Amino acid sequence: MSGHHTLGTATLRERQASAVADTALRGKLARASEIFTTRKAGAFALIDDVDGLRQAARSIRSDINSRLPSVLERFADNVMAAGGNICWAKTGAEANAYIVNVAKRIGAKTAAKGKSMATEEIELNGALEAAGCEVVETDLGEWIIQLDEQTPSHIIAPAIHLDRYDIARIFDERANAGGIEPIPEVMNAFARGRLREKFLAAELGVTGCNLAIAESGSILLVENEGNGRMSSTLPRVHIAVMGMERIVETWAEADLIVNLLARSGTGQHISVYTNIVTGPRRPEDVDGPEEFHVVILDNGRSELLASDLHEMLDCIRCGACLNVCPVYRQTGGHAYGWVYSGPMGAVLTPLLAGHVEGSQELANASTLCGACMDACPVGIPLQDLLLSLRRTKAAKAGAAEKAGWRAWSAAWSHRSIYEASVVAATSPARKLAGSRVATKLVPGAGRWALGRELPTPASSSFRSRWKKGDL
Amino acid sequence: MWQPEGMNAIKPVDAASASRVSFFITCMVDVFAPDVGEAAVRMLRESGCEVSCPLGQTCCGQPAWNSGFAADAARVARTSLDALEADDADAVVVPAGSCATMIKVFWPELFELVGDHDAAARAQRLGAKTFELTSFLDARPSPNRVDQSAPAHRGPTIAYHHSCHMLRELRIHDAPLALLERAGCTIADWPDGDRCCGFGGLFSVKLPETSVAMAEAKLASLPAEVEMVVGSDSSCLMHLAGRAKAEGRTIAFRHTAEVIAAAAIAGAAIPRKGQA
Repeated sequence: MSGHHTLGTATLRERQASAVADTALRGKLARASEIFTTRKAGAFALIDDVDGLRQAARSIRSDINSRLPSVLERFADNVMAAGGNICWAKTGAEANAYIVNVAKRIGAKTAAKGKSMATEEIELNGALEAAGCEVVETDLGEWIIQLDEQTPSHIIAPAIHLDRYDIARIFDERANAGGIEPIPEVMNAFARGRLREKFLAAELGVTGCNLAIAESGSILLVENEGNGRMSSTLPRVHIAVMGMERIVETWAEADLIVNLLARSGTGQHISVYTNIVTGPRRPEDVDGPEEFHVVILDNGRSELLASDLHEMLDCIRCGACLNVCPVYRQTGGHAYGWVYSGPMGAVLTPLLAGHVEGSQELANASTLCGACMDACPVGIPLQDLLLSLRRTKAAKAGAAEKAGWRAWSAAWSHRSIYEASVVAATSPARKLAGSRVATKLVPGAGRWALGRELPTPASSSFRSRWKKGDL
Repeated sequence: MWQPEGMNAIKPVDAASASRVSFFITCMVDVFAPDVGEAAVRMLRESGCEVSCPLGQTCCGQPAWNSGFAADAARVARTSLDALEADDADAVVVPAGSCATMIKVFWPELFELVGDHDAAARAQRLGAKTFELTSFLDARPSPNRVDQSAPAHRGPTIAYHHSCHMLRELRIHDAPLALLERAGCTIADWPDGDRCCGFGGLFSVKLPETSVAMAEAKLASLPAEVEMVVGSDSSCLMHLAGRAKAEGRTIAFRHTAEVIAAAAIAGAAIPRKGQA
């Protein structure tokens, strides 16, 4: 059983406050994200024209999304021509029902899962387990957090918030590792042994899909541990779940996107494994599943595609925006409260989980510093999308908030009232500003004073000095 | 940069040739940092400009814009647009990267969004002659009196805070550093110098714990030899200084304008090589 998302159970501020109070967590995040960003710089240093590559990737992504239905049709036709099956899932529930049906039909007792954020989004694990099928996450990070009943805190490094001591403790407490030493190689060998048993037992393999290639009906999976390859070849049946926008038309386009994906995500030139699956096992193949299914998941993406915020569907899920985000680096992913975190999560969550209470608030989880836009390999204008979401949120704001802004704009659109407020702020009473009284009287002052000294306004404003001719 | 439909690119004004500039105070400088405004005006005059300050201006509207209240932002921004436009100077200079970005980048989009096409077009024209202070000064033929070849004034060892909008929207990186170097400052290598300080306008009070954590992390990476943190946005500096004081740090926080103005005064007072 996987952990639970906290969206709707506490406010964004409460979630963030408890995350940043964990100074050890902040240290782990700082170290890990620094490693990613340093490696990323190294991986891109070998490319002559990074901006040109990003431009090309952006135009591929937006071109594909502009004609997504026909590209998906071509893909589906080619999957079936290769002997595979397609499920068009409008919702997460439809996707889960299809997968559970397959599991029941083949009598699957165990499912080996490769890492997949789409299946996190639809909460597939819970659905399979409710149907009596044990689900084992086989990506090392995913397995660790599954053991500890947590959720991923990063889209490509799900256990980024844990260090080796945390992991040794989890292995001991949850997997009876018998006082395992917190040495990466030792713990890795332990996990390998345990997971190997599951791979051999599993009747069903479930993976995500980094990219579908329409012209050949193939899916492409990038990974570093070989677990994706085993999940897609050892079990009798392989089901790949893909968000419906994870697609390109041609191999030439796939080449370009894959070139950016690993570099942007983990700072690798290419991931250790790049698996390409085209249909089930053919008679001449030495391995591979007897059945191959692709679940094409909509789950709100069609609506997003039709909206002004459709550029978010250009996202290739590399995680670069998380690694550079100064907010993410302090709070980690769990504070975002849902499946996706960091800047891409702050945009995607209100759009894909709009029904969950508190999802709209995520648009505020950014200082709009723009580091994410610079890091994004496909040039998604994340800051503009966040601003747009804030406008949507503002339109639905309560009467008091709207009235507050109206009063402010009425006042500060007149020189005389603006000047009166400047005079008041710089009057002798300003000394109150630095005092405890201000934390009660001045809006926001109490919150400012949580860990910061309050600023005191000057004794005379700039404009009063200018008017006096002192300047 | 975003552009209203049907408008051709407007040729940007050349900072070097401007002779009269309108000074956009910014509400933050007006109330909390008038000394920054004074220093900015002094340096603008020093660079050969006549400076006017149209007092019909109020605020750029950014707090409302960033909160999603576009109509309220436009209402306030229009007041400042009217005042700056009526002043009809060769250039508008803003002592804050963030407010300069609001005018140059977001005003046209904002006005277009609320359906005020006329204001959008006017904002586009005004934006083309609007400059963040340090980028304007650096482009002047004599940016300040202290020159690198003969530093009469030995400035402090500083760490420079690159504020987000200035760096990633206006792409101004070198100008403030060049001015500070010419003012005799030694600029320390600050690994987190270009990372957001956590102010983020209302972010600082909407999510105060995270905002403070960001400042704490940024300050923690300050090199030991730094005597002063310098930046070109008073709002970031107020936030960082507030956190530093709460941590019991004694380090000074100054706006670029203040540092170079102090150097200019010191430079004038100390006879330089070949003068005497």
